[in-house]
Amino acid sequence: MDNEKQTEVKELSALQLDALKEVANIGAGNAATAFSQILEQKIDMSVPEVSILPLNEVPEILGGPDTLIAGILVKVVGDASGKILFALEEESADRLTNMLLDERLALESENKTEKIENSTLEEMGNILTNSYLNALSQMTDFSLLPSVPALAFDMAGAILEVAFLQVGHIGDYALVVETEFWNGDESIEGHFFFIPTPESLNKILAQLGVN
Amino acid sequence: MKKIRVKMADLNVGKEDDILITSGLGSCVGIALYDPRTKVGGLAHIMLPKAPNNRKNNNPAKYADTAIRLLLDELERARASKRRLVAKIAGGAQMFKFDNANSQMQIGARNAEAVKEILKKEKIKLLAEDVGKDYGRTMEFHLKDNKVLIKTVKGEDQVL
Repeated sequence: MDNEKQTEVKELSALQLDALKEVANIGAGNAATAFSQILEQKIDMSVPEVSILPLNEVPEILGGPDTLIAGILVKVVGDASGKILFALEEESADRLTNMLLDERLALESENKTEKIENSTLEEMGNILTNSYLNALSQMTDFSLLPSVPALAFDMAGAILEVAFLQVGHIGDYALVVETEFWNGDESIEGHFFFIPTPESLNKILAQLGVN
Repeated sequence: MKKIRVKMADLNVGKEDDILITSGLGSCVGIALYDPRTKVGGLAHIMLPKAPNNRKNNNPAKYADTAIRLLLDELERARASKRRLVAKIAGGAQMFKFDNANSQMQIGARNAEAVKEILKKEKIKLLAEDVGKDYGRTMEFHLKDNKVLIKTVKGEDQVL
């Protein structure tokens, strides 16, 4: 598995980061469109920010390792394997489910409501990550298949470390794509983490013509 | 009294009434080692069971085998005696449930297993553990009395 072709994200050049940012931009654009269609209202989206951070500083983006977040994790297999994590802080997760679900749900039993909210979030994670994957797939000509999403409500640190673990390896740096969505004056801060294996990152960069 | 933070893939040592804290353990395992005589203790937050031998510039605190070795060195330097050391561990959860969970997703269980094996080999007694399940944990290691407080977002705090 180890060879000299592996690229650690901290070694990426400005040009390579720009290429990944372009993918993120198109992916997030697709996601916002899908979002608008589901909600039947206009959803705006910020230009994604792509950055490289030391792994142990990543939880700070989400308010620290103890902060309660919703994390939706999708595994990607195919020509370039890896993971995509869509993370929302508690407040944003609540806003998102409220936007998507009818008030009527409040009358249902608490347990059932929770189940519906969870599957709503999973579904949103599914749509957003698929939009991102589609963009990546089109730009690289790679076949990329997502798994069924898995959702966890827990501490940011606990969710992030699992997302960033690869088979027998974990890098010291993370590639972070951040996007914010909003609908009128209600904003939902969503954080996207694209976590390719080091081998996949190389393949993707090569296919984008920036290796 | 000092509150000393231990980030992921990191370790630290303290003494007397210090509190060592590591937050958000998911599949990672927190290892608290303590010398009751000198009240010197150390806490490590490991992410993987074993250091690969073919990778350079590795952070030893990331892996159970190399982290425990490093922690033992630092504890002895801080005047703890290895033969008096006792251990408490927490973490090793499986945070996400995938339909066809493969071994990669059960990394938490493998981490906990590896830590216990190393402790046994080093002849360090494991006094208490809170490992497995499907939620994150924060460990607060109080060096004045060797109490380890486990906090989660799911239920009440636990004392190990």
